[in-house]
Amino acid sequence: MDNLLSLVTFLPLVGALILFVVLRGEDETAQRNAKILALATTVATFLISLGILAEFDSSNPGFQLVEEYQWLAGLKYKMGVDGISVLFVMLTTFLMPIVIGACWTVNTRVKEYMILFLILETLMIAVFSALDLVLFYVVFEAGLIPMFLIVGIWGGKDRVYAAFKFFLYTFFGSVLMLVAMIAMWIDAGTTDIPTLLTHEFASDTIVVFGFQIVGGLQTLLFLAFFASFAVKLPMWPVHTWLPDAHVQAPTAGSVVLAAILLKMGGYGFLRFSLPMFPDATELLSTFVMTLSVIAIIYTSLVAMMQEDMKKLIAYSSVAHMGFVTIGIFAVNRQGIDGAIFQMLSHGFISGALFLGVGVIYDRMHTRDIDAYGGLVVRMPTYALVFMLFTMANVGLPGTSGFVGEFLTLTAAFKVNTWVAFGATSGVILSACYALWLYRRVVFGDLIKESLKTIKDMDNREKAMMAPLVVMTILLGVYPSLVLDIIGPSVAALLDQIDTVQATAGAVDLANN
Amino acid sequence: MIGADISTALPEILLALFSMAALLGAVYGGKDKLSGAVFWLTSGVMVVLGLWIASMPAGETTAFNGAFINDGFARFAKVVMLFASAITLMLSQDYLRRNNLFKFEFPILIALATLGMMMMVSAGDLMSLYMGLELQSLALYVVAAFRRDSLRSTEAGLKYFVLGALSSGILLYGASLIYGFTGTTSFAGIASTVHGEGLGLGMLFGLVFLCAGLAFKVSAVPFHMWTPDVYEGSPTPVTAFFATAPKVAAAGLFARVLHDAFGGATGDWIQILAFLSVTSMFLGSVAAIGQTNIKRLMAYSSIAHMGFALMGLASGTEQGVQALLIYLVIYVTMNIGVFAFILNMERDGKPVTDIYALGLYSRQEPLRAAALAALMFALAGVPPLVGFFGKFYVLKAAVDADMAWLAVAGVIASVIGAFYYLRIIYVMYFGEAKEPLDSRMPMVHYIAFMAAAAIMVVGVINLFGVEGYAATAAQALLK
Repeated sequence: MDNLLSLVTFLPLVGALILFVVLRGEDETAQRNAKILALATTVATFLISLGILAEFDSSNPGFQLVEEYQWLAGLKYKMGVDGISVLFVMLTTFLMPIVIGACWTVNTRVKEYMILFLILETLMIAVFSALDLVLFYVVFEAGLIPMFLIVGIWGGKDRVYAAFKFFLYTFFGSVLMLVAMIAMWIDAGTTDIPTLLTHEFASDTIVVFGFQIVGGLQTLLFLAFFASFAVKLPMWPVHTWLPDAHVQAPTAGSVVLAAILLKMGGYGFLRFSLPMFPDATELLSTFVMTLSVIAIIYTSLVAMMQEDMKKLIAYSSVAHMGFVTIGIFAVNRQGIDGAIFQMLSHGFISGALFLGVGVIYDRMHTRDIDAYGGLVVRMPTYALVFMLFTMANVGLPGTSGFVGEFLTLTAAFKVNTWVAFGATSGVILSACYALWLYRRVVFGDLIKESLKTIKDMDNREKAMMAPLVVMTILLGVYPSLVLDIIGPSVAALLDQIDTVQATAGAVDLANN
Repeated sequence: MIGADISTALPEILLALFSMAALLGAVYGGKDKLSGAVFWLTSGVMVVLGLWIASMPAGETTAFNGAFINDGFARFAKVVMLFASAITLMLSQDYLRRNNLFKFEFPILIALATLGMMMMVSAGDLMSLYMGLELQSLALYVVAAFRRDSLRSTEAGLKYFVLGALSSGILLYGASLIYGFTGTTSFAGIASTVHGEGLGLGMLFGLVFLCAGLAFKVSAVPFHMWTPDVYEGSPTPVTAFFATAPKVAAAGLFARVLHDAFGGATGDWIQILAFLSVTSMFLGSVAAIGQTNIKRLMAYSSIAHMGFALMGLASGTEQGVQALLIYLVIYVTMNIGVFAFILNMERDGKPVTDIYALGLYSRQEPLRAAALAALMFALAGVPPLVGFFGKFYVLKAAVDADMAWLAVAGVIASVIGAFYYLRIIYVMYFGEAKEPLDSRMPMVHYIAFMAAAAIMVVGVINLFGVEGYAATAAQALLK
């Protein structure tokens, strides 16, 4: 099929349109129909997206399944995937049915809720498969609208503050990127991402308003992209929107946010920052690594002190994203492999943790850690599942969390021992907060009156967790599943950076 | 010769004749009994003229010794203005009827204002420029004060008149300086002087005064003071009109004067334009944050949007003019949609302008709330809505003209501005519930509102080809 990628991208949108046009009413049947239709759409999208994986030739490092049509102003609608992006597309389509499953307990404005999630799915898939700079920007930004509404309408008590903070932080980050994209377009004469990947942006020192800018245009472009992706990922110190948004978002919103939306930042670094601005990357990688180490240690410590479960997991997400940036900016094979692996694995693990919080929140309507204790007595299955994901979050060998952390730490060690040292201490801290959370919630005596009648996970909840359990363990014991697919593209990416940096070095030598 | 002149300016002449005939006819025919007919007839004439101008063959013709230019640029602006005027006129009927303002003078005044605007964008001479500008302005002063028994409306009219007269004075002073130093009032003559001798000090003063006068008409900071008061005080249909066609005309005239007469001195005026653009974007965005009156809010919003539009002009290139035109079309469409809604913001038959009155509107009217949300996101410039592409084109023009700082300032202002558009969405979707608003909305309003919202969403596919027309128009201006 020629338009497989577009089909997968727009199928959820079609589902949303059908919901919008056909479904009427707010009674129970209508709500149920909305949920079923949304679930069917996402499942169908996932099944069709398996076709992408089947057609994808993992030995080919270039872009595949490419589609190209003319759009406005010389822009193109161009889609395609390579080894770096294909798994993110799969992650999205894989998680969305689970996300819709997590919406099952919602009973206000169900139709709108489902429509927004379906639109969001389209936009997320498009972000990972867009091969035109402006197309990427459009879908990247458009994702803010449904998420703003999801947090704002169905969120918790302080949802208004959280929604605004989320929107304005990320909007501010991205508009600078827009200016940078326009500058790139003018410089390179095209918005085609594959062409831009081979374009060399000037890196001679320039003077702007009296400031000397080492690395010139590349540094400026890098910083503009960095502003956007660092906020999205998020990196310390621009991470503060994330805990707010997570705490206030409904369960399904949190899952999407942690499992997929954050990954756009990491993907952006890999797709744009590294290959397009290699000289600036070299120049600024220490800076980024320093921020990452601070993020890992600082947010781990902050996580330890949280009283709110969602906030704790949110801070732990920031720490885990710190490993991702360390891996990416180590710019070596293990690092990038590890970063991608870590992002995918974090998608499963954090998604599952938020679902886990959702399970008990639905029963008790509180996220306070103090309100729980001794759940293992009444909820053995839940205790088991939550244990698995807590361990995976810590990075226990045998779970996918271990592989990602191990690879990024190895990469960091190759580049800078101190970074590796700092990051490794973060692993210990993550064990502290995660296990402590687990102890306070699941172990201990069941003394709270209100918990005495709590029920274990029902079949729907088990069905949601099961795929995540399978993936976490599968990737933990057989990481080649992922590494084989991303390998050639990562190798090509590194080759390209090496060549550019080598020529730059040769020019430096010649100048000397 | 005169025959050729007349045929070049035929649409304008016909509109003028129509206005006079309508005036006479209505006066003899029993005044307001014919109001309904005059309203529809005027809208109809405008639409027909718009279609006619749109179908005119490409190329440039001039009339009256170059005082009147009919080129691609003028035609583009005229089509936009005629349609915008016709639609706002249709939208205003219901409101005026219910507020006992349904007088036959209204459509005639709008027609005369539109005629002035058409003259403005076709001006090839300082004289015809002033003529068009004053015809438009005088008609607008009157419609601003159209509600004679309302203190606010008369105040708005008076304020607009006094400040407008002042700005016209400044503009005239600038024009006389330019005339004094070049010895000609025709743009072509001025251009050749600028080309030959460069821009002397006297000319520069003239240019600055001219720009100040025009900046008043587009309500660019620091000549924006009148906008919020006039927007708030005027009857809502008049506000809707102010926010659309006259803005296109003034920006079009701005582009016309700067490129046709001072095209050789780009370096001198882009600084002025860049200054107007930056200050307008920031003031419009920051000042609107404190507003809860939706009409005042839209006034500041229009200031900020004009700042963005002027960014296209500030880049001083053909691409910039194209961006300006695209921006204006999108801006007008968004405003028509939003005002079609505002005109129907009523509770128990009384207009409300407080944005918090929309509390949880999405429960009451999900579809309308969604449409208004789309328009608000578009005004904020969030992709994939069409409003983003307007910004995108001007930003590209600015970066292309080596004014990346202006683009960066613009995007920062747009983030600040996003706040108040989002606040409207917040009020509608997750604010506090308020007493429901009246659900009546006449068919015309409903269609305009929904169509504008749909355009915001669907336009992402190809902007309905506006890009190409704007490119031709910009090419015609810079030839």
